[in-house]
Amino acid sequence: MNISRREFLQMLAVASAAGVQLPGQVMARGQDAKSKLYDVPRYGNVSFLHFTDCHAQLMPIWFREPNINIGIASMKGNPPHLVGKYFLAKYGINPNTPEAYAFTYLNFVEAAKKYGKVGGFAHMSTLVKHLRAQRPGALLLDGGDTWQGSATSLWTNGQDMVDATKLLGVDVMTGHWEFTFGADRVKEIIEKDLTGHMDFVAQNIIDSQWEEDVFKPYTMKEINGVPTAIIGQAFPYTPIANPRYMVPEWSFGIREDKMQQTVDAAREAGAQVVIVLSHNGMDVDLKMAGRIRGVDAIMGGHTHDAVPKPVEVKNPGGITLVINSGSNGKFLSVLDFDVRKGKIRGYRYSLLPIFANLLEPDAAMAKYIDKVREPFKEELEEELGTTDDLLYRRGNFNGSFDQLILDALMEEQDAEIAFSPGFRWGVSVLPGEPITFEHVMTQTAITYPTVTLNRATGETIKLILEDVADNLFNADPYYQQGGDMVRVGGLKFSIDPTKTIGNRITDMELDGKPLQANKKYRVAGWASVEKPREGRPVWDVVAEYIREKENVKINDLNLPKIKGIANNPGIADL
Amino acid sequence: MKRRTFLKGTVAGGMLGVAASAGLLAPRMVLAAWPEKAFKAKTVDDALNALLGTSDLSESGDIKIKAPDIAENGAVVPITVSTDMKADSISVVIAKNPSPLACSFDLGSNTLGFVSTRVKMGKTSDLIAVVKSGGKLHSAKKTVKVTIGGCGG
Repeated sequence: MNISRREFLQMLAVASAAGVQLPGQVMARGQDAKSKLYDVPRYGNVSFLHFTDCHAQLMPIWFREPNINIGIASMKGNPPHLVGKYFLAKYGINPNTPEAYAFTYLNFVEAAKKYGKVGGFAHMSTLVKHLRAQRPGALLLDGGDTWQGSATSLWTNGQDMVDATKLLGVDVMTGHWEFTFGADRVKEIIEKDLTGHMDFVAQNIIDSQWEEDVFKPYTMKEINGVPTAIIGQAFPYTPIANPRYMVPEWSFGIREDKMQQTVDAAREAGAQVVIVLSHNGMDVDLKMAGRIRGVDAIMGGHTHDAVPKPVEVKNPGGITLVINSGSNGKFLSVLDFDVRKGKIRGYRYSLLPIFANLLEPDAAMAKYIDKVREPFKEELEEELGTTDDLLYRRGNFNGSFDQLILDALMEEQDAEIAFSPGFRWGVSVLPGEPITFEHVMTQTAITYPTVTLNRATGETIKLILEDVADNLFNADPYYQQGGDMVRVGGLKFSIDPTKTIGNRITDMELDGKPLQANKKYRVAGWASVEKPREGRPVWDVVAEYIREKENVKINDLNLPKIKGIANNPGIADL
Repeated sequence: MKRRTFLKGTVAGGMLGVAASAGLLAPRMVLAAWPEKAFKAKTVDDALNALLGTSDLSESGDIKIKAPDIAENGAVVPITVSTDMKADSISVVIAKNPSPLACSFDLGSNTLGFVSTRVKMGKTSDLIAVVKSGGKLHSAKKTVKVTIGGCGG
């Protein structure tokens, strides 16, 4: 029961009358809510639009935000580690409003049916054009994870997204999953497609032998006469979190020293505004903002956090705004600066949810998307089965779509235990909907999809869980990698995120018996970063499993027992 | 046969440091004065005692370690140690390696306190830079994480 556009507008009007507002937005009583929601008056003279981590979602989608996003140590209870009602309270959003639907998991299924799908490049394009018309000279920044995440992006080797972002008018981008197409392909796209249209920037990627820059560290743009630098910060741990063989000659890392040098060089070259376009992940952005001087704003992504207000971080040079703009094409950031006589006098910021029901699709982009999908339509739209339960992924531990993948791996591979990566991308499917092959691909479309079956000892299994948990819960953000916890099938365990590596995972049990350190178990998995492998891609295994089942029901979501987390606003019981 | 003659000058020191830490050279092959005992020691204190005669370290803010927070490849971790102190020697110790002493550079009197090399790390560990200056040992440390990878993003 999708409500009509008219009803939606009325609801927005009522919501705004009840005092619901996003920062920077004014929704006046009784007026056209659509024009008001997206009517962000121009402020100042230097503007940036920013989206990130769209994961190649050209079409509008469902995307459920997490109910578990735990922050520990200094991160506890601070953005972005707030979920559900804690999130609403922090940002003054009323429950059961379009904003609550966009930013939280609360009443997700009901709200989804009411307010409709989110994102979609044709809808985003309309919004970009609308905002740009108000702000001549505004730059559109893309934080990366753009070329990967869908069937069509995988099958076109990233080309569908490269052309889509050119059509959208992206000015500057940085990357992460882009690199999983391999160094040669990235270089080819930059030379053949981006040159003259878009800058690909990354200060933190160097040639590992000669230590020379692989990409432009930053680009200078003049916005209404104000020289502005956009510095790229690619995902620092790409060769660790993803296969190193894809980028064998490149070295990444946070490279804080080089970041400071790059900021200083940009300032010396005359930049009056300095933006870091970051794929660090928000916790890393926040730490970096406290240590680097001279950055006006870090516009970040990677951890998929949609945060309605900038965090103002103090550092020896002044204040840096940290902004993270969500994922999957669900949000667009608008950052306006008032710059006079070389100094920033003030700023305004809004994070706009993209409600597909509220925005007319842009005709040119819609036509382009149709053209891209045309040759693949039959495969994309194959209905593999239906689901009784809501399928979703995002969250620190197993989502229901992960559980489906794990169940498929264990059954098809005859394994006792299964691992599936804690990726933060992957769309949601509502109860009662058909599960299409395209849905499965939104969870699995990577360039190293082969399923694996290993015999691993209990000791090794514990080591893996401890290692991944530390990448998520290390008290120092610079030692985190920004993925969620590895999804685990079959094996039960407890986790205390507040402990240190080696001490977080306890109570490991298989079929009611403690896991034995020396015994070998059959462990299924996929997405090995080791070396290219022969074998079946995971989407085949999952699709086959759903076809056989016809109707999917997630009976046992294998969540670990979480210890040591009392009164943490990053976790909410359902 | 002075202990300190085993590596002289940054260039030669750098080369030998790499070769030794990568396990390419058997210690005894390098030079007659190779401090075998120090490089074979199993603890940080034993290694420092054997190499420098003491393991008394005072933490210094004047030593800078450039190393990745998380190693991209534990087998070759690029590191740089620099200091403005007048350094007689710069040594690098990796606390959790089976043989913690990774390399040591004796610096000539006109040499800047700057060494850059690659070290091997078996697992996550503190990397300790030890600078000998004015007859005392000064140190700084940084944790470098070695992880099995995967599952990011």
